[in-house]
Formats: sequence, structure tokens, C-alpha cells
Amino acid sequence: MKMKGAQAFVKCLEEQGVEVIFGFPGGAVIDLYDELMRTKTIKHVLVRHEQAAIHAADAYGRVKGDVGVALVTSGPGATNTVTGIASAYCDSIPMVVFTGQVPTMLIGNDAFQEVDIVGITRPVTKHNYLVKNAEDLVPTIREAFHLARTGRPGPVLVDLPKDVVNAMVKFEEAEPIRMRTYRPTYEPHPGQIEKACQAILKAARPVLYAGGGVIHSNANEELTELAKKLDIPVTMTLMGLGGFPGTDPLSMGMLGMHGTYFANMAVANCDVLIAVGARFDDRVTGRIDAFAPHAKIIHIDIDPSSISKNVKVDIPIVADCKHALTAMNAWFDRAKEFDKKQAKEQHKAWHKQIAEWRKKHPLGYVEEKNVIKPQFVVQKLHELTKGEAIISTEVGQNQMWAAQFYHFNKPRAFLTSGGLGVMGYGFPAAIGAQMAAPDRIVIDVAGDGSIQMNIQELATARQYGCPVKIAILNNNYLGMVRQWQELFYDKRYSHTTLDVAPDFVALAKAYGAVGLRATKPSEVEPVIKEALKTKNTVIMDFVISREEGVYPMVPAGKATTEMLLV
Amino acid sequence: MRHTISVLLQNKPGVLSRVTGLFSGRGFNIDSLSVGETLDKETSCLTLETHGDDSIIEQITKQLHKLIDVIKVTDMSEHDHVEREMVLIRVKAEAHTRAEVLRIVDIFRGKVVDVGPKSYVVELTGDKNKIQAVIDILRPIGIQEIVRTGTIAITRAKKS
Repeated sequence: MKMKGAQAFVKCLEEQGVEVIFGFPGGAVIDLYDELMRTKTIKHVLVRHEQAAIHAADAYGRVKGDVGVALVTSGPGATNTVTGIASAYCDSIPMVVFTGQVPTMLIGNDAFQEVDIVGITRPVTKHNYLVKNAEDLVPTIREAFHLARTGRPGPVLVDLPKDVVNAMVKFEEAEPIRMRTYRPTYEPHPGQIEKACQAILKAARPVLYAGGGVIHSNANEELTELAKKLDIPVTMTLMGLGGFPGTDPLSMGMLGMHGTYFANMAVANCDVLIAVGARFDDRVTGRIDAFAPHAKIIHIDIDPSSISKNVKVDIPIVADCKHALTAMNAWFDRAKEFDKKQAKEQHKAWHKQIAEWRKKHPLGYVEEKNVIKPQFVVQKLHELTKGEAIISTEVGQNQMWAAQFYHFNKPRAFLTSGGLGVMGYGFPAAIGAQMAAPDRIVIDVAGDGSIQMNIQELATARQYGCPVKIAILNNNYLGMVRQWQELFYDKRYSHTTLDVAPDFVALAKAYGAVGLRATKPSEVEPVIKEALKTKNTVIMDFVISREEGVYPMVPAGKATTEMLLV
Repeated sequence: MRHTISVLLQNKPGVLSRVTGLFSGRGFNIDSLSVGETLDKETSCLTLETHGDDSIIEQITKQLHKLIDVIKVTDMSEHDHVEREMVLIRVKAEAHTRAEVLRIVDIFRGKVVDVGPKSYVVELTGDKNKIQAVIDILRPIGIQEIVRTGTIAITRAKKS
């Protein structure tokens, strides 16, 4: 069937099951937008800044467990997506970004709104394409979706010159995609599974260390099964939160720079560390030679380049986390030498030790009568949403308090820019999440600094009736940098005080949203209840204790056992 | 340690910058690089020399493999192989040195490919050591210009 490129573009999206795309029109994509008016199955969400389109698509993809899609114009439209794409790349989020491009004959001429976006995004995409020939349009779009959602997921960018989408192209039924150079390994090597299971069987002090890969591969149940079967304590990375129930007795919460005391102590003293879909990031390991120094390390990852990148791994398993964990569970079910009771007995002393650490330094904060503590706000959010909300965060203290105190029991409920650390991620992400799950409560835990980086999206939220809630933990500071300055720079608060701040309540009203404020601890619960009752977009402005810090904290470059505590 | 890595690539626009961008972005070194088409017009072979400890070389090969357009990565240093590079040298050749230059070129099985009133252009292929040896010997006579290719490499037939 022959049709216009723009029409084929829309047909491809429909064929891929795309229901929502986030975007912003412009000259180079005007033909695609014209065609979008004709589709009945795809909803387009008009954001107010292209960066927000990418974060929203990112969150949409995470919540749905599918590919997020964004469409922007050439030049500045394209360059505005770069931060969002880089964030999605760091967090391995499946996404396809379409950018408009000037007509092929003008490429390289410094035409109006021309930019080499394929060149610019090369290091921050899984792969990217400039479609120069109309006949490549359909196969390229199909390949882009295939790459984004398979293997280690990631963002893929497709640059579409204006003449290509205006040309007549062939549209034929999709065939299974076979790529000569791309065949991710899903199935684990049985020999490696055997080795890993033997090591786990002998372990006296094992720890499971779960990352975002567990969530990407939907392996949370398999992980939980393994942990329970062998009675192994579990710690999660920022990206892994929700991969194992946070309120389960086996959960030690997050590890690393702002991880719990007991999780970091457990990792430092374990004899077998089982890393599942995690990448030994510096915020997790601290000083690398002091990270799990006594442990035999097993590492499950679908990306071979993640293995032994930062930490030498003893037993590598290149596989999809779900497949590998399934194989391990099956191994233990089969193994004659494995006995559940014996495993419990074998780890008894280890659990006792962890319980002691937990008792010595539990996760906590100093409560105060007259000032709102940010941790208290997060705890209240957890309580009043019964732990069932989808939480997105900005970056900084707000992000860490949300990670520490909202104990996620389910996957795909915590949305954060983990690897790149993008301020301004949380609010557009909340909008994307709400689009994916209209019936869920979605809350952006924000700081007064970071919320202003994409505050314009209030208009988007209002336009589409997104009842997202923004909880601003307002301390009039760029709090995390201030905390570093307090601890390591003699309280020299260089440019971290936000002397002029908007009245967030009035700002919400200006957009037709609802603004609420709490200045005393007793006002926290009523404000949250009021917000949850409201069908509109709500900003909750919590005026918190100004110089509250995030603890525990491992100073950069120190061993994870050298924690600063409350 | 020095490694010669051979990378079979899809012959598509921008592929070379994916490879070089990977090296600069991750702080790996490229000591030399050469690239050309293979028998199959849709693939090209890129040979690069790099150095680093075992863990760096492991990362280099894994990261190269991760590029979607990369078909195959071979660390030649793990195989019995032949390496060659080529050099063009413009060397001073005046009346009293012309014969001497020709003799040296001959010993190294090189060729004079351009003759000027006061200089020769010499073409030579060989492994790194041989090329360096020629340069060292010609230097006192007066080298005016040098252009070198990167190393290319091919595995030797298996001895059975």
C-alpha cells in the first residue's frame, strides 16, 4: 500500500500499540501533526516545553511497562529533548523520540531550525537514525521500537526530514524484526546458574542487591521468591525501589550514599553479594575497594558491558533478570542439597547481626513540635495513600527523603531521574504517570528549587485534567547542595539560597489549579487529605525546617561504612 | 599493554563517529585507526590500536559490541595475526645522499614513488618496528614530511 510518509508514521505508531504521545509542534513536523488529527486511537498531549515531553514519556513508559513516545520539531525542539533523553538513557527507559528535521536537500546548510540532533544525541541514545530515504521510513520506525523495548531498554531517536514525511512510501504488514548485529541474550548460561546457586547455597552472610533491571524485566515476583526461599536480606538501589516489598522484614531499604545504616553494613560484611540488574554506580559503592570487600560477587545483567565495569565480578550471568531468577529458583527447587529449614538456620546469625544494626541506627529523624520535618511529610503521604500512590520526585533532598520514607511495596510506583539526576523531572513525570494510570494517585515530591525547572507544565496538567499532586518540601534552599556546603565547605552557602521565591499557592491559582499551604506539623495531615480529595491539580506547599539534612550520608569518595548519621 | 582491535561494521553513515565518540566519551585511547570497505560492500572493517590494562580492554570490546552497527569485535592480540602499516616519507635527496637513500629504501624493500630535484618520496609497508627503524635511519639524512596510515591486521591461517 502506498501512502504519504506522515500517514505511514501514524500507522506505524498505531501498529506499535501507542496510545499516548507527548509533544510540541513546529514547522518541520507540521505535516505529522496534520496527520495526527486524523487518528482516533492516539492521544497527543501538548506539553509546554519539549524537555517535559520526554520526562512525561519516560514516566508513561515506566508505569505502563512499555515504550514512551515523544514528538518534537527540529532545531530547538530537538535540542530541548537532550536532557530528558540522557536521563532515560542513564535509567534504561524504553522510549522512542521523533524529531523533525529540515528537508534532506537543506541538511548541512545551516538552514533555519536545523541542528544535527543525531550527532548531538549519539552518546545518550541506545541508537539513533536520520531517515534520508522515504523507503526506509517504515522499517526504521519499526526497528526503533524494537531496539527501545528489547535487551537493555533505552531511548531511540528518529530524525525525520520534512521531505521524507511528505514523500509517498510503501506500507506493508510488519514482519518479525531480524537484525544482523543485535541479539540480546535473554537466557542465562546453565553453567553460570549452577555456579551461582552453589555459591549461594554455601553462603552464611548473603545479600541480594536489586537494581532497576528487576523492574524493567518484571522480575519482582521471582526476586521475592528467591529471597524468601533462601531467607536472604534484600537491599535496593534508587532505581530498584519497589522491586522487592519495602515493608517486608527481609527488606533493608536502599543502600549507598543515602542508604540505611544496616543495608550498607550488611553489604560491607556479606560473604556473597547477588547483584540483580544493578550497575555498581558510584553513589551505591562509595569507595570502590571498600565495597563488599569480603564477598563473592554474582552479577545478573542483560548488558555484558555492565559486568565488571566498576567492580570485579566473580560469577557473571548475562541474561534477562526474570529468566535468570526463574532459573535459579528452579535450581533450588530441584537441588537435593538444598533444604529451606537448613538455609534459615545457616543465616540465623546473619539476620541477628542485621537486626542489631537496624536497632542501633534505624532510619529516622529528630522530631520537632513546631516545625514541619520533610520526612514527616513523606511518612504522612505514605500513611494517607496507604502506600499505594505513584510517587515521582525531583532531584536532591526531596528525592532522597521520598526514597527513604515512602516504603514502596510494588514496582513501577517510584519514578525518579536516578542516573542523570535531573531537577525538573518529577512534575512532567507525574503527568506522564497519570496519563498511564488515570485511576491512581500520583504525587510529585518536589523541592522549591527543582519544581521551578518545569513549573510551566501546570498548564499541561490543567489542560488534560491531570489531578496530580505536587508536594513541595519548601526550605528556601537548594537543599542538597546546601547540605554539602554545610558539611564540607564550612557552611559557606554559595548561591544556594533562593531569596526570591514565588507564592506557590497563588501560582497554582494563576493556572487554575489548587494551592494549599502547611506551616505547622498539625496542618500537614489536613492539607494532604484536602489535596487527595481534590479532583484538580494541587500544589501543597510544605514550609519545612530549613536546614534539615538527609541522613545517613556517605561523603563522596568514602567507604559506605563511614556514614554520617542523624 | 598495546592491543590491535578489529571491528567489523555496518557500512552506514555516522558509524565511524559512533566508534570514535565512544572512545572519547569514555576516556579510552586511540593510538591509530584505519577503516575501509570489505568484500561485502555493506560492511567495513575498522582496525584500531589502543592501550590499557585488561579491565579497560575488556570494557572497550564490550562497549564496541554494544553499538548497534557493530557486527564483530576481535582483539587481534589474542590471535596469531599479521599487522601492517604504510608510510610515505619525503626525504632529502641531494647529490651526495641520493644513492644512500636508495640503498636504505632497497634494504627495507621500499619503493621510491616520486623523484624531485632535491627529494624522494619513499613508500614503505611493514609492522610498527620496521617503519620506526626506517624513520630512525632516514632521519639524519633529513626527513621533510611523513604521512602514516594506521595499523591494519588480519589473522593467520590455522596450522593444522
